[in-house]
Amino acid sequence: MSCKTCETAVIGTAEQDKKLRESIAALQGDHSLVQILQAAQEIYGYLPQEVINVIASELHVSAEKVYSVATFYSQFSFNPKGKYAISVCLGTACYVKGAGEIYDKIKEKLGVEDGGCTPDGKFSLDACRCVGACGLAPVFSINDNVYGKVTPDQIDGILEKCE
Amino acid sequence: MVRSHVLVCGGTGCHSSGSDKLFDRFEAELASAGLSEEVKVIQTGCFGLCALGPVVVVYPEGAFYSQVKLEDIKEIVEEHLLKGRLVKRLLYSETVAEDTILSLDKTDFYRKQKRVALRNCGIIDPENIKEYIAYDGYMALAKALTEMKPEDVIKTITDSGLRGRGGGGFPTGKKWSFAAAQSGDEKYVCCNADEGDPGAFMDRSVLEGDPHSVLEAMAIAGYAIGASYGYVYVRAEYPIAVKRLKIAIEQAREAGLLGKNILGTDFSFDVDIRLGAGAFVCGEETALLNSIEGKRGDPRPRPPFPAVKGLFGKPTIINNVETYANIPCIILNGADWFASMGTEKSKGTKVFALGGKINHTGLVEVPMGTTLREIVEEIGGGIPNGKKFKAVQTGGPSGGCIPAAHMDVPVDYDNLIAIGSIMGSGGMIVMDEDNCMVDIAKFFLEFTVDESCGKCTPCRIGIRRMLEMLDNIISGQAELEDLDRLESLCYYIKENALCGLGQTAPNPVLSTLRFFRDEYEAHVVDKRCPAGVCKKLLSFYIDPDKCKGCTLCARNCPTSAITGEVKKAHVIDTEKCIKCGACIDSCKFAAVSKR
Repeated sequence: MSCKTCETAVIGTAEQDKKLRESIAALQGDHSLVQILQAAQEIYGYLPQEVINVIASELHVSAEKVYSVATFYSQFSFNPKGKYAISVCLGTACYVKGAGEIYDKIKEKLGVEDGGCTPDGKFSLDACRCVGACGLAPVFSINDNVYGKVTPDQIDGILEKCE
Repeated sequence: MVRSHVLVCGGTGCHSSGSDKLFDRFEAELASAGLSEEVKVIQTGCFGLCALGPVVVVYPEGAFYSQVKLEDIKEIVEEHLLKGRLVKRLLYSETVAEDTILSLDKTDFYRKQKRVALRNCGIIDPENIKEYIAYDGYMALAKALTEMKPEDVIKTITDSGLRGRGGGGFPTGKKWSFAAAQSGDEKYVCCNADEGDPGAFMDRSVLEGDPHSVLEAMAIAGYAIGASYGYVYVRAEYPIAVKRLKIAIEQAREAGLLGKNILGTDFSFDVDIRLGAGAFVCGEETALLNSIEGKRGDPRPRPPFPAVKGLFGKPTIINNVETYANIPCIILNGADWFASMGTEKSKGTKVFALGGKINHTGLVEVPMGTTLREIVEEIGGGIPNGKKFKAVQTGGPSGGCIPAAHMDVPVDYDNLIAIGSIMGSGGMIVMDEDNCMVDIAKFFLEFTVDESCGKCTPCRIGIRRMLEMLDNIISGQAELEDLDRLESLCYYIKENALCGLGQTAPNPVLSTLRFFRDEYEAHVVDKRCPAGVCKKLLSFYIDPDKCKGCTLCARNCPTSAITGEVKKAHVIDTEKCIKCGACIDSCKFAAVSKR
């Protein structure tokens, strides 16, 4: 389950590994597989196979069991995110105001599909379900910055500012 | 001595348009004007009128400044706060009269609203427990613990007529009494804050604006059913709500309002947070319990109901955020007070997240029984750009689309079911003539197909087949009989799916088939999309009377489908056209249209 489209990710520094094992130790035994996966994704940015294996062996369960939970939830990603992680809201309020077109335009511009990452690792693209800023629809975010009331012709300008 | 308060909205809508920076800038400008001691800046929860965000309100005048930018702040500080002169250009236009400002209650947006669940949102600082306490916070818990027996609490909630605000509308008091009747000393109180309906943000706003009201209500519920531990299951996509909830839990523990021997009584109760991981089905209560237990969020067959066998196999109650937010008021003001609002079978108020093609996008709370027309046309300010209203969607992917003919229906649980929709958690999305109802039905179905957990066949396979049928319809490959086949499949799935997700997934299709069958038929029979949305049924056309022959469209066409001589009308070859719309975007004379 290595990265599908880009090869920039470095799997595991010693520090990340230490943090992961600490998180597992802190949460273990408390019906906390989902929380451990959330912590792991926080540390690594995504869930590489090596990390799944560590979690499985620390919890004394099979990697299949860990995968069965991880793949159930859309929060968990098995591919690294780009330096700029773009997330287009496809909630209803955004959709009726044209978020579908925004999404298509970004896909076309970056040449990536849903969940994909550009080969240089700069941009990754996801659709998300309602960030709750419905008053600003249509909305998309790049990392933590939210762009509201977006029109398709603004997209080039916004993406160009990402250096 | 503080003489003025500046309230900066810190809800997600305003936050996304930069209200946190406004807060910092206010502090800085006030400091440089030497007013830091006299004017206090507070970041509050949502005011509701998200369309005008970021919102800043200055008290005691109650001046409602809308769409405030960073560069406006110096002016507000120097003019309003230093010299006492209102900055009229920034005031919300409806509050401006000749020489004075009108109260917000007089504006169309607020006039018909009645804030119970949202009572503190936009008023208190959600990160300061003292402000909550100053507004009677934790009084209801104190009353319950010292003056009421657990059965009195349940009776009060039952008599109030409160029904679950998460969608199903099950009587809350009844749910509590089932759990209270179970023996055993280990029980749980859960709060469902996994607000998954796209376009709904009521629960998030309560958590962001008034987190203590939920904690207080959970403690009251714990006392009523005999539980000493609770979980709030909240979406990870709501970072501000999670942060404020964490702060609230810490502060409540420090104040002795959560933890051991609350207010010196024998009652102990504590709360922990579990973050959702992005699965719509986890809003279903049994799936939510599995997720809290760290498992896949598959729903469990019922019975046994959670009140009997819930979290970790123990009796559990699960209520939604908005339901909890009502509880302290009911305990303090009594069941009769609550039951005096609303309709015969739906008491109290309901919060709606108003969005889509509407002027006043935002959060509204109205008494049950308010009509859709009042909500959309009066409070919501109608449809922008002079467009014609087509439908209002309630209940998210489990709900339906309500046409103009039913706009005078008083909104309550039972009336909405009667017209093919549901109350749901309170998302209300308005659509105009430019929205295609078949496309909307497909949008919701794509959502449920994506979110189906796959456990039962009717949902896993059935709604996928429905989606394929809709795909055929919007690409002009369906026959009239397909509409009947689609309809009968809808009913089959409704009757046979395991959980609420599957049972309600056909609703958006059924309700659009019921009220907008003509649109479906136009797609199937005439191979035409009346709203001009479904690309495969569109053809692009250049009006020869409007075309100036500037050649811009021809140069922008990626497939060279447009031909014509300079200064003469151009023509589109529909065989070559890929319907990308580049010609429409480039034409300066509005000569290109879809039809």
